[in-house]
Amino acid sequence: MLHENERDLRETILRISAVDVRKCMKCGKCSGSCPAYEQMEYHPHQFVAMVDNGDIQALLDSDASFKCLTCYACTERCPRDVRPARLVEAVRLLKIRKQGQNHLKPDAIPAKLEAELPQQAIVAALRKYSK
Amino acid sequence: MQRIGVFVCWCGSNIAGPVDVERVAEAMKSVPGVVHSTTYQYMCSEVGQSRIMEAIKEHQLTGVVVCSCSPRMHENTFRKTAQRAGLNPYMVEIANIREQCSWIHKDKEVGTQKAIVLAKAAVAKVMLNTPLQAGTSPVIKRALVIGGGIAGIQTALDIADAGYEVDIVEKSPTIGGRMAQLDKTFPTLDCSACILTPKMVDAAQNEKIDIISYAQVEKVSGFVGNFTVTIRKKARFVDELKCTGCGACMEKCPSKKGKNEFNMGLNNRTAIYIPFAQAIPNVAVIDPEQCLKLKTGKCGLCERVCSAGAINYKQEDEVFERQYGAIVAATGFKPIDLDAFDEYGYSQSKDVVTSLEFERIMNAAGPTGGQLVRPSDGKHPHEIVFIQCVGSRDTSGCGKPYCSKICCMYTAKHAMLVRDKYPDVNVHVFYIDVRTPGKNFDEFYRRAVEQYGVDYIKGMVGKVFPEGDKLIVQGSDLINGKQLALQADMVVLAAAIEPDPSARKLATMLTASMDTNDFFTEAHPKLRPVESPTAGVFLSGVCQGPKDIPETVAQAGAAASKVIGLLAKDHLVTNPCVAQSNELLCNGCSQCERVCPYGAISYVEKEIRGPGVREVRRVAQVNPAVCQGCGACTVTCPSGAMDLQGFSNLQIMAEVDAICK
Ligand SMILES: Cc1cc2nc3c(=O)[nH]c(=O)nc-3n(C[C@H](O)[C@H](O)[C@H](O)COP(=O)(O)OP(=O)(O)OC[C@H]3O[C@@H](n4cnc5c(N)ncnc54)[C@H](O)[C@@H]3O)c2cc1C
Ligand code: SF4
Ligand code: SF4
Ligand code: SF4
Ligand code: SF4
Repeated sequence: MLHENERDLRETILRISAVDVRKCMKCGKCSGSCPAYEQMEYHPHQFVAMVDNGDIQALLDSDASFKCLTCYACTERCPRDVRPARLVEAVRLLKIRKQGQNHLKPDAIPAKLEAELPQQAIVAALRKYSK
Repeated sequence: MQRIGVFVCWCGSNIAGPVDVERVAEAMKSVPGVVHSTTYQYMCSEVGQSRIMEAIKEHQLTGVVVCSCSPRMHENTFRKTAQRAGLNPYMVEIANIREQCSWIHKDKEVGTQKAIVLAKAAVAKVMLNTPLQAGTSPVIKRALVIGGGIAGIQTALDIADAGYEVDIVEKSPTIGGRMAQLDKTFPTLDCSACILTPKMVDAAQNEKIDIISYAQVEKVSGFVGNFTVTIRKKARFVDELKCTGCGACMEKCPSKKGKNEFNMGLNNRTAIYIPFAQAIPNVAVIDPEQCLKLKTGKCGLCERVCSAGAINYKQEDEVFERQYGAIVAATGFKPIDLDAFDEYGYSQSKDVVTSLEFERIMNAAGPTGGQLVRPSDGKHPHEIVFIQCVGSRDTSGCGKPYCSKICCMYTAKHAMLVRDKYPDVNVHVFYIDVRTPGKNFDEFYRRAVEQYGVDYIKGMVGKVFPEGDKLIVQGSDLINGKQLALQADMVVLAAAIEPDPSARKLATMLTASMDTNDFFTEAHPKLRPVESPTAGVFLSGVCQGPKDIPETVAQAGAAASKVIGLLAKDHLVTNPCVAQSNELLCNGCSQCERVCPYGAISYVEKEIRGPGVREVRRVAQVNPAVCQGCGACTVTCPSGAMDLQGFSNLQIMAEVDAICK
């Protein structure tokens, strides 16, 4: 049995991500695809299994979700349409929320802007990085 | 005046649990027309049936309602019971108070009320039943097998062995199917051709079997025992009776760039070709898309070298009709296209091959003469990676949701064969699960690991890409918690299998049903596995679902025994519940003819005499031997002239009224 807190966290992650972790058949194709595998403490298939087990705190304590490149290779290739990247994303979001929403504010962007920076990176940065 | 008896079955506790059967029987006693109503624990048992028979005699019943399980289960049982007691069998109606009532209602009050309503409806119907007589139709003692793979060959051999004539219609120029393309076969590793060829020869030499190759079924009409099938035999441009299979034409043909289908396109063939040395019939065929003579009018070399004078550039398709009592679908499978799986690099490197291509590479009669070399540069490989479940067990929409069942075993086979012949080659197999149920199957796979040192890696490959003259295989090793990047010389993909694409069209012609994956559906998944739900149509081999050769052969024999059981009968009892048109009401609009899926309706000019009419009219007529009683015409007829015997519009309305009252 999961503690109430763990259950709540699990529910939150499932709600944010809209992922059905039970569809996973534990094939490992996601982690076989992941280009950030070596950098991530937990790998995409582990995100799926750990969310299923309610082991969310470990994911929150790890920086794995910030090492993900959001390349969606795992999601693109998963044969069961599980979309692990959305779980990674959900963990990241939950972490940011827990930090009191202290992620990058739009006002702070102009100062940091570099001409070379692609649009997408700015959008991703808003989502990902705390101050 | 009808005298109806109602018999409520407990079905042990199946019905008597959620339905108060005594109350149902009691309630029926007050329904007009009912003269007797009772219950019993198992109405279908000997005792139950004799109770019905006794009651029919004692109460001079004219109709019987049995409240029990689905009519699919026991309608026939109780019809026979009534017949034994001297009642017309079609004076029996079943109220389904099990599947439609006790099994779905938890509340006993609701269940009981519904059972009473269903019983009342059945009484209302039986009051309007009329005695019907079943007719008979003759059985044509000849079977058609569609598809000449191992399934079709075995079915045909078994049917012929029982003394019946059987035709095999095979779409390609030779019989043999996929098994002819295999090198060795699991679990015994005997050579595929060595065990298949004798069967192909047996089929060819059996005087009861007619092999119609390079042909397709174009139209099917009729019904069980009496099908009429239109067959198109495509032009080969070679006279089958004259050609000796010497192959002189193939040596001279200048058009050499055709894709060799038998070798999965790994090498080329000439425009005139014999698919493989043991082909049956061993007769050449000209590919009209490739032949210079047929395309440009210039060449004619093969005609000049053919000493048998077999070449005929003017040959045309032959279309003919034949009659059959039974039809067997044995259309087999093909590996899926890998377009949706670009991550495995199939389109990027020649050294990424499918398992069926690998069979050809390993085969002594294949494009490399059985030498294991890389298709790209002909070099001997040192590292080979096999990937299982490519496109199988895939619900993402790219592949197939089912397990293809044979690939775990054939991958173990390939791995073992490579290690046996080339001990210097390292073999790795990526797997999700190793599924090897079957006699001596798991032992076989373990032998690959324990004796042959094949490296099985639990995990899936994420991508394969060429780097220099190597292939990099990036995948998960889940047991060791690693991501691997193996350098391979060749990659073999165990591609999912799917039914032959022509099967769907065929299913429509046969009115046989299919599942969402286009495998033929069996009449009952457990109890009638080789029959289709359409009477007289049987299933053999992979067209019904993935299976290996031992299972295919077993099913082929089972299908044959069902066919033999049918052909052994001289007559079949026909269902008298067929449509009939009321000529006084029919206005000859032709709408019923258009909806009838069996082609049972035709029109006649007829003098109609009735109250106030005397004229010649065009009216519908139903052939009772062809009509299956589906009722499509009765609901279509705008004049209400079509009626189904035993299910008349009046009877159905009476049922509805009884329910709504
Ligand atoms: C790579 C690979 C390796 C395998 N290795 C093994 C093994 O080692 N051992 C084992 O037991 N099994 C093995 N199998 C499985 C084996 O191939 C099948 O079990 C077997 O071929 C099934 O036979 P079938 O007659 O049902 O189908 P098929 O072999 O596909 O034959 C069907 C035939 O029907 C014809 N046809 C299709 N549609 C029509 C139509 N509309 N009209 C007329 N004709 C039509 C086709 O041309 C074909 O000749 C392997 C399969 C693969 C893919
Ligand atoms: S690829 Fe999909 S099914 Fe396979 S382990 Fe990852 S999430 Fe699960
Ligand atoms: S989206 Fe993230 S977890 Fe998924 S493959 Fe890309 S880097 Fe890996
Ligand atoms: S006529 Fe056609 S099949 Fe015959 S040799 Fe010429 S190209 Fe080949
Ligand atoms: S048989 Fe084995 S390789 Fe083939 S789909 Fe099933 S599990 Fe995968």
